[in-house]
Amino acid sequence: MRALIIEDDAEAAGYVAKGLGEAGFVVDVVTDGRDGLVRAMAEDYDVAVIDRMLPGLDGLSIVDALRRAGNQTPVLFLTAMGAVEDRVAGLRGGADDYLVKPFAFSELHARIEALLRRRTGGDATVTTLTVGDLEMDLLARAVTRAGRALDLQPREFKLLEVLMRNAGHVVTRTMLLEQVWDYNFDPQTNVIDVHISRLRRKIDHGFDVALLHTVRGAGYSLRVPR
Amino acid sequence: MSPGRFLRSTTARLALTYLALFGVSVMVLLGFLYWSTAGFMSRQTDATIDAEITGLAEQYGQFGTVGLVRAIKRRAADARASRGLYLVTGPAGLAPIAGNLSQWPEEAPDAEGRLTFTLEYASELGNAGGGEVNLGRARVFALAGGLRLLVGRDIRERLEIAARIRQSLAWGMAITVALAALGGIVISRSMLRRIEAINQTSRDIMAGSLSQRVPVGGSGDEFDRLAENLNRMLDRIEALLAGMKEISDNVAHDLRGPLARLRTRLESALMDDGDAATYRHAIKATITEADGLLTTFNALLGIAQAEAGTPRERFTDVDAATLLADIAELYGPVAEQRGLDFHVDASGNGMVRGDRDLLFQALANLTDNAIKFSPANGIVRLDLQRADDRIRFIVSDDGPGIPEQARADVRLRFVRLDQSRTTPGSGLGLSLVDAVAGLHDGRLVLDDNAPGLRAILELPC
Repeated sequence: MRALIIEDDAEAAGYVAKGLGEAGFVVDVVTDGRDGLVRAMAEDYDVAVIDRMLPGLDGLSIVDALRRAGNQTPVLFLTAMGAVEDRVAGLRGGADDYLVKPFAFSELHARIEALLRRRTGGDATVTTLTVGDLEMDLLARAVTRAGRALDLQPREFKLLEVLMRNAGHVVTRTMLLEQVWDYNFDPQTNVIDVHISRLRRKIDHGFDVALLHTVRGAGYSLRVPR
Repeated sequence: MSPGRFLRSTTARLALTYLALFGVSVMVLLGFLYWSTAGFMSRQTDATIDAEITGLAEQYGQFGTVGLVRAIKRRAADARASRGLYLVTGPAGLAPIAGNLSQWPEEAPDAEGRLTFTLEYASELGNAGGGEVNLGRARVFALAGGLRLLVGRDIRERLEIAARIRQSLAWGMAITVALAALGGIVISRSMLRRIEAINQTSRDIMAGSLSQRVPVGGSGDEFDRLAENLNRMLDRIEALLAGMKEISDNVAHDLRGPLARLRTRLESALMDDGDAATYRHAIKATITEADGLLTTFNALLGIAQAEAGTPRERFTDVDAATLLADIAELYGPVAEQRGLDFHVDASGNGMVRGDRDLLFQALANLTDNAIKFSPANGIVRLDLQRADDRIRFIVSDDGPGIPEQARADVRLRFVRLDQSRTTPGSGLGLSLVDAVAGLHDGRLVLDDNAPGLRAILELPC
């Protein structure tokens, strides 16, 4: 996996590069917008992490130029501009995701992985999701574990669906709020935790193997433990 | 003000346009007046002459030359009063047979036989105006038998009246234009003066005195309304600037504390010769502290954003009942986990024009507070009421409530009541709700729920 980081803050870039390197990425760092665009065009990256305010050429223009040239490399904007308008402008401009500084590395990692899955997955036509003995029928909107039907509320179903689609990977609380509840807001307390523990009761209670795991300081992950 | 600048001004252009239009209409009006008075007199003279000719021609037809001469002599005798002119001559060039003109006029008649001629001959009328040459208006008529008849009127008086009318109309025109020009100048000057006053205030404000206000005349006209609007805009800008200053002051004050704690913690960890586990512990605590700081920081940004007024074009129609149901759905399990009695009544309905995310955030803050401050086995209620054109989201709890004298303070940033010191929170929740309410032209009402707090987010719909 190759990742390109276009970020003028050397320390922040180094931190991201180190983290992604440890996660198995081969990372290139560019500090100038113009150089970044040239690099992104010339080489084949799996993901680009781009700051919005850059010397030479700003992030929005880089993405615009890439998309115009038909380059579909997934782009994640990393920026201090956190207002909703900025977010909307970034996503409309062709970016695939948006993360506001300061951020936790785990959040960035989870989002990059989700982006990669979205690109390679292409499984929009699947009608069933399976994790271990947990099965979800998207058409019948039914969930079973080890053949036993589980009774889920609509929101719990949606929550489980997002977790199952990202099975084996970390999904952060913010990602869940965005994708399950569709509100962009900042909960004062961790309301998500309560919903997760309810869901956990329904899908893991009474079974030997727990599938829904809390990843400390990051989020949640649905997987079959090794 | 220089004349050049005056002419370039909008008001001067307006005044001149007005003057031109007004002048043209007055001219048309006066022209019509002239035509209908002087023209009428002229037409009447011709008509009288025609009637007399008809009469005399009849005389001639009935009584021949003798009858005609007799009639003319009789009429000529009355000519001093009627200003009539008469002349009968033989076939062209012959001497006058009868009448009060001594000679056939030299001027040639037009196709209808009408002519205007100079009365320089001694007529029996004498010279009415004294000294000057009189003008006559007449019609010539050839009678059977070679006689030529001329019937006319001395039109000197009529012409004098027409001249008088022309003169009066010209004066009227001149006075009208002068008054209009004067009025235009006076009006545009006074308008320019008021615009200049606004310009002057703007310059003063740009020079730094933001407390300046545009003077308001008090008549309630367009200029006053403009001045009032400008002043309101200035009030708003001043309030926003004051808000910004308050934010930066608060940020400086309230972020400095946690930052100092964070630094001390790191420093002391460094001084202790601890093992890896100790360092790990210190780093974890530091991250928690940093996360808290970030939460505070994000909340502050959210408030600033709401107060600065998100662009209203981002506003959409938000269904109030759905919003409340979503809140209930998100927080219901939290309330349940805390063992609270959680009631939701979203039976009222209506659409609110607003920012969906900010409204959700505001309701989430209120609900979060209610759940946080309710005692075990307490009751938290979410209600939706519709009254005329207002929608009221009501979040009530039976916790400690907020003393009446503190209800204004809790909206301020970082204000936390002593009794809530032990509960987690940034002291920014209600500030945000207040800001969101303001952004949507609504208000946040804090009421006594006896016991507890009843927070009402009231929005127009």
